[in-house]
Amino acid sequence: MSSYLELSARQRIPHIFDAGSFEEFLPPGARIVSPHLAQLDAPVSFDDGVVVGRGLLDDQVVFGAAQEGGFMGGAVGEVHGAKLVGMLRRAVDEGAYAVLLLLESGGVRLHEANAGLIAVSEVMRAILDVRAAGIPVIVAVGGANGCFGGMGIAARCANTVIMSEEGRLAMSGPEVIETANGVEEFDSKDRALVWRTTGGKHRYLLGDCQVLVADDTDALRAAAIAAMANVRDGAALTLEGLQAEQAMLEQRIRDFGDAADPLDVWRRLGVPEPAAVPMLEADAFLAMAAQYRAGPGIGEN
Amino acid sequence: METLHFRFDAGSRPLPGAPQLVGVVSSGNLEVLIEPAALNGGCEIEVRTAANGFGATWEAVMRDFHARWQLMDTRICINDMGATPAVVSLRLDQAVESVTGGPP
Repeated sequence: MSSYLELSARQRIPHIFDAGSFEEFLPPGARIVSPHLAQLDAPVSFDDGVVVGRGLLDDQVVFGAAQEGGFMGGAVGEVHGAKLVGMLRRAVDEGAYAVLLLLESGGVRLHEANAGLIAVSEVMRAILDVRAAGIPVIVAVGGANGCFGGMGIAARCANTVIMSEEGRLAMSGPEVIETANGVEEFDSKDRALVWRTTGGKHRYLLGDCQVLVADDTDALRAAAIAAMANVRDGAALTLEGLQAEQAMLEQRIRDFGDAADPLDVWRRLGVPEPAAVPMLEADAFLAMAAQYRAGPGIGEN
Repeated sequence: METLHFRFDAGSRPLPGAPQLVGVVSSGNLEVLIEPAALNGGCEIEVRTAANGFGATWEAVMRDFHARWQLMDTRICINDMGATPAVVSLRLDQAVESVTGGPP
């Protein structure tokens, strides 16, 4: 058992893909760095915080990426986004078996302003283009920085989202909510609340992520392999899928719109001991959650 | 930001293998890109650091590094966000070991 959370993006790749199979596009030696950060006299990174390339996953050709949460919180700048988009387009051109995105990002890199915003929207479009080509897109979220902002949306454009218990997935991050709406609305320093609200278990119970695993590289790899096979037929986004998603979200508002805390949501789902959920190990949690999860989301095919 | 350049001659060990990147550009940390390069036997190191005014410290750390490894025909590029000298030394050793597969 080895922790996925503790690894850097570059270390995660050989743990998740078949050992030694990954070929990186635009490796650090190419020195494709952010022109915006240099203009601001800020530190750059030789890979602009993301590893992209092509490897084997269970002997299938799978294109992939890993975002480095340590560099500017994994935030997406122009180069970072362009690397993701280029990899996704090439996955279509070369008929990849699947795409696996190891996401860890606070969203748009604010230093790069509009270029970063455009980059993230291009990533979303590229993910949907991959799906339209019949290629499954699998996202894994298990890094310390979670997956927020535009990349949170991008994650939910995938067929399957795999999360660890420690992973977090949301739109606005805790500090953003507190800054915009006040500490009474959301106390970003309350770590238990933050994980209850954005963490893997809540996302799994609500159906926002389809697979929950312990923080273990082998478990994440196994989940990614299983997910590729599960969405082989029907990777494309359909009108029916979108309408089902809309109905699911409307139902969620009706069911839980007035709930102040995820504990209330879990109680309404029928979970017998909501307060005990955060302490459950992954296996015990999954055994308990199976009968209480809300309906499957758009990603589940 | 400050950019520092160092060159050491009289090294004896060329670098086998492909370029490697170790470390992460995060607070108190740095990334080290190491690659073989035809430099007339020299080992060149470029440091881009967010902490201005520590040139003498960097030079001492780089001299120690060169004394340990005696690299030749090697280019090293560093992006630094205020790593301490000990962290820099460890990352440099990690970078070389990632190429050579072990300690000197």
